[in-house]
Amino acid sequence: MTFRWTRVRAIVVKELRDYRRNRFILGTMGVLPLLFIILPLIQLFDARGDLDSTRLNLHVGLSMLYMLLIPAFLPSTLSAYSVVGEREQGTLEPVLTTPIRRKEFLVGKALAAFGPTVGLAYAVFGVFLAAAALFAHPAIASAIYSGTHVLVQVLFIPLVAGWGIWVGIAVSARSTDVRAAQQLSVLGCVPLMAVLALMSLNVITVSVGLAVGFAAALLAIDLLAWRAVAAMLDRERLITGSRT
Amino acid sequence: MEHLSKRFGERVAFQDVSFAVGYGEVFGLLGPNGAGKTSTVRTLGTLISPSSGSATVAGIPLTAANGPAIRSRISIMPESPGLYLRLTVKENLECFAGLYELDDVHGRIERALRAVNLEDRATDRCGALSKGLRQRVALARALLNDPAVLFLDEPTSGLDPVASREVHGLIASLRERGVTIFLTTHRLEEAERLCHRVAIMNTTLRSIGRPDELREQLFSRALDVRVAAPLEDPHTLLGGVPGVDGWEPAPSGYVLAVSDPELAAPHLARALVGAGADILSIAESRHSLEDVYLELIDEDVEARSR
Repeated sequence: MTFRWTRVRAIVVKELRDYRRNRFILGTMGVLPLLFIILPLIQLFDARGDLDSTRLNLHVGLSMLYMLLIPAFLPSTLSAYSVVGEREQGTLEPVLTTPIRRKEFLVGKALAAFGPTVGLAYAVFGVFLAAAALFAHPAIASAIYSGTHVLVQVLFIPLVAGWGIWVGIAVSARSTDVRAAQQLSVLGCVPLMAVLALMSLNVITVSVGLAVGFAAALLAIDLLAWRAVAAMLDRERLITGSRT
Repeated sequence: MEHLSKRFGERVAFQDVSFAVGYGEVFGLLGPNGAGKTSTVRTLGTLISPSSGSATVAGIPLTAANGPAIRSRISIMPESPGLYLRLTVKENLECFAGLYELDDVHGRIERALRAVNLEDRATDRCGALSKGLRQRVALARALLNDPAVLFLDEPTSGLDPVASREVHGLIASLRERGVTIFLTTHRLEEAERLCHRVAIMNTTLRSIGRPDELREQLFSRALDVRVAAPLEDPHTLLGGVPGVDGWEPAPSGYVLAVSDPELAAPHLARALVGAGADILSIAESRHSLEDVYLELIDEDVEARSR
């Protein structure tokens, strides 16, 4: 038997239906993007046009960083629920008794977290760009649209989401408690966010080459992480907590 | 299964277990908590790998590579129904139909729900159902792929008597349809009522056979005699009846060890009437499966304490 998208689809559809009726997930998907659009907008409208370039970059950089927090924290929170949540509900064992393969299960879980969170992150970024174009001081709008900010956001939103998902699923596979898994998953995104903070705040000057190079490195890490996490999803370990 | 064993580190889940289950048979695996019943089901269902031994499940050799093929031909209903409580009954079944890659999904869901008498609850959220109804949904889910072997792990665990009776009725109807069922339980009346054969295990296989065979293996046959008043000289009277090998007093009469109850009972009745006793009843003593089970498990406890 080979990799079957029918089974991946069954997991994705089930997950999306479950998200829609899960108040905690709906709340997280509502509150986080709202928070991370309000904060950048405050930065945007708080900045005056006559700021020196350092302070202008700081305002714009902070705004951009806030928006990258959405693809980092939202998918890690969702995917942290993916295995331990099923185990707590008692639904993991019935799913594993079907012919589903570990990679199909993993891709299903990952896609269900990836789609909505990346969609939301791009939507929030779109709103931010529109607000900047329409209402911000022209100097600030120009700072946002010129340079590498847009490229960084477009490139990094899916890649950061990928990181958050793999960290979340890896933590979830080894956890026994949903809340602990969610907290650890968010912690697992901190190192990546630290690097992105340095880039956003111009501590590391971001050129197009550096942004593309860093994105390529992150893509490679995401691909390696997918293999590592797949290896962790051993049926026996998931069901009994040990592998002999 | 041939000499199948499973260990978790130093702990033995089950050891050197061998038996075969026939097509269309309802087979019961009995044992106390920790006897290895669930581990046996999980091993046969390819959820955990055996430490040693071999098995063939639904005609396919039990190997890691054959896992998906075996799982597509069987169904396991775990002890907990394991339903997505925020999803409706139909949505739960749709998910599993997708995981089994079934065609005619709606037709299969309809048939599975009809089999468990839940057609009218298809759009109810599983979280709003009672425990008994959830168990029925889990059973419907297990029937979706028309399994060659249906594993039911403690299917009535935690259910009240009414819900248990409903589940028993459903299993009985599956038995009549010729579905091969592998049932684990520690409810002995359940096994006695539903299973063609039972195996009693307590880490190792202790005994296997039809419930009446197991009774015969462990207990000698006996007649229960109830009389209105104690006999004046039971030793002479009962000891002289042809076919009676021995006797002992019981609260309302006597228990007689016999090799053939049908031969001994008429002689006994005549002897009692001849002695002027008022007979209330003469019946063959029936040991329940519970007696068999307790006898075997007690032997284990005694062996361990020695």
